[in-house]
Amino acid sequence: MSGDPKLERIAKGNALALCATGAWTASFAPSLERIVADAEKLAGSRQNIFIDVSEVSKLDTFGAWLIERLRRSLTQGSVEAQIAGLSANYSSLVDEVRRVKATPVIDSSTVTISGMLEQIGRAVAGVAGTVTSLVDMLGAVLAAGGRVLIHPRSFRLTSTVHHLEQVCWRAVPIIVLITFLIGCIISQQGIFHFRRFGADIFVVDMLGVLVLREIGVLLVAIMVAGRSGSAYTAELGSMKMREEIDALRTMGFDPIEVLVLPRMLALVLALPILAFLGAMAALYGGGLVAWLYGGVDPEAFLLRLRDAISIDHFIVGIVKAPVMAAVIGIVACVEGLAVQGSAESLGQHTTSSVVKGIFFVIVMDGVFAIFFASIGM
Amino acid sequence: MMAGEIQNPIIRVRDITVQFGSTRVLDGLNLDVKRGEILGFVGPSGAGKSVLTRTIIGLVPKVAGRIEVFGVDLDSSDTSQRRGVERRWGVLFQQGALFSSLTVRQNIQFPMREYLNVTQRLMDEITMAKLAMVGLKPEVAERFPSELSGGMIKRVALARALALDPDLVFLDEPTSGLDPIGAGDFDELVRTLQRTLGLTVFMVTHDLDSLYTACDRIAVLGNGKIIAAGSIADMQASQHPWLRQYFHGKRARAVMS
Repeated sequence: MSGDPKLERIAKGNALALCATGAWTASFAPSLERIVADAEKLAGSRQNIFIDVSEVSKLDTFGAWLIERLRRSLTQGSVEAQIAGLSANYSSLVDEVRRVKATPVIDSSTVTISGMLEQIGRAVAGVAGTVTSLVDMLGAVLAAGGRVLIHPRSFRLTSTVHHLEQVCWRAVPIIVLITFLIGCIISQQGIFHFRRFGADIFVVDMLGVLVLREIGVLLVAIMVAGRSGSAYTAELGSMKMREEIDALRTMGFDPIEVLVLPRMLALVLALPILAFLGAMAALYGGGLVAWLYGGVDPEAFLLRLRDAISIDHFIVGIVKAPVMAAVIGIVACVEGLAVQGSAESLGQHTTSSVVKGIFFVIVMDGVFAIFFASIGM
Repeated sequence: MMAGEIQNPIIRVRDITVQFGSTRVLDGLNLDVKRGEILGFVGPSGAGKSVLTRTIIGLVPKVAGRIEVFGVDLDSSDTSQRRGVERRWGVLFQQGALFSSLTVRQNIQFPMREYLNVTQRLMDEITMAKLAMVGLKPEVAERFPSELSGGMIKRVALARALALDPDLVFLDEPTSGLDPIGAGDFDELVRTLQRTLGLTVFMVTHDLDSLYTACDRIAVLGNGKIIAAGSIADMQASQHPWLRQYFHGKRARAVMS
């Protein structure tokens, strides 16, 4: 069995022998480092210093390197420390580490004020870059769309239908469930607070306007950004990482036409459908709560709803959906194609795809609100 | 080290059966890998060479059989025994499998950080030593895997596999995708490291050059079993049709001449 490593000092007149014993291996590295640091202080104390390793029971790269480190620091001026008693097994290993240059490259990424300022500056400049790349992608998608219109046979129907299934059909259950619950909550809160003024029935007005104009489409868009936007980014990003997009290009295909256009089209078709289903589910949920909790029976609810809302409310809501879908799709595809080689980069871009997607959806909603207010809808 | 452990094979595989769905990939396979040898493992594509490697490492579940590595049965071992075994082996995956968000230096230091209690200075120095051993320049240390060429990835992956000075390394097609000179260097490197560090090497390969220059012994996989094992001369003398084609085909003659 191999014992703990030791380094014994044996003085012989003018010479000093350092006898290494035990196992000089990685598992004993902490104590080995201490032993070597102690012995390094002996540098220059004698004319002739040599390290005797004949009693070492086991040696690996760690041990060999530490012996080499000791030899180097004991070597001063003309006095060169020698390694003695090297067995044939270990001599090649020691030779190998002897060739290593001592200065390790260590990155010195310290945090400085100028560095932080630089980062802020880069982040601000990056905003302009983000907007440019979004506009760039919008242009590329429109151009690809134009080409497809001229050559309809190059349109990828199968791919579009596949993505439509992914982002629309498979999203229906969760979207309907969540909007249903939101409808319930709005209705319950409305009744609870309006009841104090005896204005229970006005909850129908609030629910109808809110769901059809704002909440329905906004909520669905946010969910789609989280569900499908992130999926697009991850898909395109991992394809980018594995050079699949470069492969497409070399075969003469335009990645925008093959990958981005079908995804965008599917999303633009899906979001109005989902927004409509979401709005219906929210109205149903609201009506259910109004009946069970507020005592507004379904007939009265429908009658009041017909008076409270007009087709304008519905149009205002549904018109926003395709635009929001385009924004989500463009952000997701830009982020996906910006992924670099590492898994970390994929994660960062997927995160920023969802964050930017939701941000732009809300900004768009605000812009639409101003627009519709000014045209009197 | 126990006296018995020296004589016993470092890997002992007995009656291994691996099945995916209804396809039986390995069927009652037996294999011994001796201490200190470089075992070349060949077989037609899709025969299950990688599957066997992954089964030994424990990444693929087996239906039946027994695997002992360093004399430890990996099925009945407890966590600390298993970790002890894992600390003593290194694996080079076919695609390198470097951590893409870490630099080369961090990749090599990752196992050291987890298993050893050493100072950052020593880790940096050892990293440089490992990089030099696999024939890479120190500048490579601060690069990310996505900035490396295919051959460099293989070398870094080998350096990481060797980070803890393992007794056993698994190499899954180490020379695939390298140019012939690079592949030759790599074989040389494996040979040198085997001599200097006293490694046992389990190498899955398709490279005839590797088999001739680097391997001490060759095992051939076919129909889910080892159909032959022995020296390169034994392989050439074998009458098995696949072996005859493999070792006497046009490419083999070119390598031998």
